[in-house]
Amino acid sequence: MPDAIDIEALLRSALVPVEPSDGLSDRLERGLSDLTDMAADELADWELSAMRDPRNWARPAAAVVVGSTAAGALVLVRARQQHKKRQITGVRALERGIRDVADDLQKRLGR
Amino acid sequence: MPLETADKRRLDSDFTEVYRTHLRDVYSYAYYRIGNHHDAEDLTEQTFLQAYRHFDRAQRESNGRPLRPWLIRIAHNLAANYYRDRSRRPQTQLEDASVVSAPHDTEELVEGRQELREVLEGVSKLPDDRREALIMRFALDMDNREIARALGRTEGATKVLIHRAIKQLEQGLGEEPDA
Repeated sequence: MPDAIDIEALLRSALVPVEPSDGLSDRLERGLSDLTDMAADELADWELSAMRDPRNWARPAAAVVVGSTAAGALVLVRARQQHKKRQITGVRALERGIRDVADDLQKRLGR
Repeated sequence: MPLETADKRRLDSDFTEVYRTHLRDVYSYAYYRIGNHHDAEDLTEQTFLQAYRHFDRAQRESNGRPLRPWLIRIAHNLAANYYRDRSRRPQTQLEDASVVSAPHDTEELVEGRQELREVLEGVSKLPDDRREALIMRFALDMDNREIARALGRTEGATKVLIHRAIKQLEQGLGEEPDA
């Protein structure tokens, strides 16, 4: 090291921002898909008769929120990868499906 | 309480903006904190998944302030768990993170890389809080206010922390036997 070192300049040169790999977006996408699937399962398993009991409302309502948020974000994450347009179409369909279920559920709950 | 459809769409859109804007920041933080690409990817992934779960609340409570410190704080907490659960310490030798990005001739490149490696090694030997503050300042270009929020400290304490970190690093580099 030289006698007089510009430590801040060296730190700027050493700690350069690091670009994530292309594979990371795919991994994020898969994680979000898992979240979405979990939320959809919650809804699928939910008996309509349970709606009469307000104690049962919290879990499916949370599933709707998680599912919709994850699915929406998932669409836009995928939008970054323009070479995978077929997948985008599939996820948008999934997102629409979840939103339809959510809207239906909200109507049933008499919002 | 379920969100209105329009609110959810806005939330999705806002989250996507945060994701796009800060993916590199979170990844860079994770990489310099952990020391290898594989685990940095895991940490980045977990950070964003956790952020999804709490984004609505974070946005409401942010009062319009930038969400980057919140994201980095999530990564910070996850990194702390990473070391605690697996009894690991940060790796001294970072994988090559394109340490020297600008083109140089061979001699300059070798010399420059060696110098920067010494700096990275010095950073890795700092106490956790000092190391993190330097990563946030220099790799993520965060200001004192943002770093303070990410670390849960006051701005004054953060300024002192960074000053001491630089001084300690400077002293350590000056003591290198082959300098």
